[in-house]
Amino acid sequence: MTDRTASPGDLAGEIVSAEPSRGPWVTAVRKLRSDGAAMIALLLFLLIVALCLLAPFYAAYVAETDPFRSNLSGQITVGGQSVPIMQTSTEGLGLGFTPISPTWDVTAYFLGADGQGRDVAARLLYGGRNSLLIAGMATILTLVLAGLVGLTAGFFGGIVDWVLSRLLDVLWAFPVYLLAISLSIVLISKGIDIGPISIRSGSLSLPIFIIGIIYVPYVARPIRGQVLALKQSEFVLAAVGLGVPSHRILFRDILPNVMTTLIVFVPLMMAINMITESALSFLSIGVQPPDASWGTIIQDGQVLLYTRPVVSLAPGIAIVITVLALNVLGDGVRDALDPKAKLRLRSG
Amino acid sequence: MLGFLIRRVGQMAFVMFGISVLVFLIFFATPGADPAARIAGRNASPETLAAVRADFGFDRPLPVQYAIMMKRLFISQDLTSFVNRGWKVVPAVLAVAPVTLSLVIGAAILWITGAVAIGLIAAATRGSVIDRSLMVLGLIGVSMPVFWLGEVMNLLTQSRLHDTWLFSWVPPLGYKPLAKDPVAWFLTLVIPWVTLATLYMGLYGRVLRASLVEAGQEDYIRTARAKGLSETRILTRHALRTSLITIVTLFGLDFGALVGGAALLTEVVFGLHGLGKLTYEALRNLDLPVIMATVMYASFFVVTANAVVDLLYAVLDPRIRTA
Repeated sequence: MTDRTASPGDLAGEIVSAEPSRGPWVTAVRKLRSDGAAMIALLLFLLIVALCLLAPFYAAYVAETDPFRSNLSGQITVGGQSVPIMQTSTEGLGLGFTPISPTWDVTAYFLGADGQGRDVAARLLYGGRNSLLIAGMATILTLVLAGLVGLTAGFFGGIVDWVLSRLLDVLWAFPVYLLAISLSIVLISKGIDIGPISIRSGSLSLPIFIIGIIYVPYVARPIRGQVLALKQSEFVLAAVGLGVPSHRILFRDILPNVMTTLIVFVPLMMAINMITESALSFLSIGVQPPDASWGTIIQDGQVLLYTRPVVSLAPGIAIVITVLALNVLGDGVRDALDPKAKLRLRSG
Repeated sequence: MLGFLIRRVGQMAFVMFGISVLVFLIFFATPGADPAARIAGRNASPETLAAVRADFGFDRPLPVQYAIMMKRLFISQDLTSFVNRGWKVVPAVLAVAPVTLSLVIGAAILWITGAVAIGLIAAATRGSVIDRSLMVLGLIGVSMPVFWLGEVMNLLTQSRLHDTWLFSWVPPLGYKPLAKDPVAWFLTLVIPWVTLATLYMGLYGRVLRASLVEAGQEDYIRTARAKGLSETRILTRHALRTSLITIVTLFGLDFGALVGGAALLTEVVFGLHGLGKLTYEALRNLDLPVIMATVMYASFFVVTANAVVDLLYAVLDPRIRTA
């Protein structure tokens, strides 16, 4: 399918021309680099990653604030005037406090404060680190597990395939959010039993683990199908006929082809994982306080939705931009690696 | 065909059995997830814990507990909640099902019509500005978390633009039964429908366009063109028909999952007490009988939708029947 090194055309080309043949990877990277939209998306994504990585720097040196400590009585200087972060509410009965609205000044409460007087801009950057970390790690986990399951089921067949396929059937029919929520609730309550220290250390790996598990069937099934098709392909049959040992066929002939499929999945899975993470955190069963993620900030802003909408809007916009960039990049990677997309490009 | 049907039903039963075991194990056999401790409260004495265990039957072997629960769920249908004792779960699930069905069916009609329109227009104007902008809009729709879009919708229709002519008709959040007041039912659901449909409209529109463009390369389309049919007729009559098969597959899976509780986030944001919300609240309280009932109901829809899709395929393509 995706193997180009073994196709008769390439072999003939190798014999005829003395030029060293370019591998499929080089071709793919070249194709991706000529795809303007995908390159812009990649740059945008890298920019977001870089900004989020600079979160501690921003909090400590630019905004000079601690985004993890509530600051209900603080004062800041805006336009030469000292104003409280939590202002007396002017709406409704005039009771209670409303956090300061965006100052649009990067050195102090650029996006205003949340319900606890914390700097939303700084929290947004810190939250982005967690959202990106969880989505990225979960993607790696999903692809490794799905690759293993799909390869094992497809290559060995028989009873192994039967058991793994039935297991995937069951997980497949379990609505993905219900499975994620079930696992999160049980595992979070388990963390409470062990003690406060273990919750904190385990808090980020918990959503990674859960999100990494739930999408395995969605990747493992196509991988298994691909392995089954590859086993019937001429170059594998030829290798079998030549007496090549099966582990060599698995690693030299099948794995490289499966790898391209897995790589096509990377940006798309990461996009899905970003949204899943935000949903779990929004339901307060993902990232746990005091840690932040884009999902938890949307949740923090829910009670302020009509008075200070920016608290919920900003992380949502951050998610949309990041996921959009990943989706555009994913389209580009697929077009570059998946030969079926060639047909679409030609006709499109 | 009959053999295929029997095999498919057997597979459905197996998957549902597998899911029930999985849910049971998640909530009963995960180390640390002691349902008795949850029910008895955080600082319960060992005696209270033991009493709760005996009372709810947690002291019996796991397979026995599982069998009793399944019997009370499917045969005697008198399974009651762990949290509100005496609250029967089967009627509870049936009571909220109309909310979720209203939400999902309305959204589905919207997203299928929208997606077909987007797909056709984009494919017909291939490569133009209209095509590109539709595809970008579709991608933005796919990239939005549904609960966040719901919040933005609420912000606009309930607060910021509520006093303008545009959204002054939007009623407060909540669900009105269809039988009681059809107009209120419709009005309260419009915004949730649009919100839920946006994601799927983008996705399906993009898939449909790709499929239509691909179909344009096929021999039968060339034949249709050679016969002198108009481009519109070729697109809507010939290409669309085969392209809809891809959509049917996607739709079966998504519709099943949404009816089965995946619309949870939309329900939470819009204050609709549907199946998703019931499941979510049961999950928060670790109310296993309710969770079991909703998850079995959910998986039934997912599995049935899968089977219907397979069946449609088998009708369309006889080669699958023997596979």
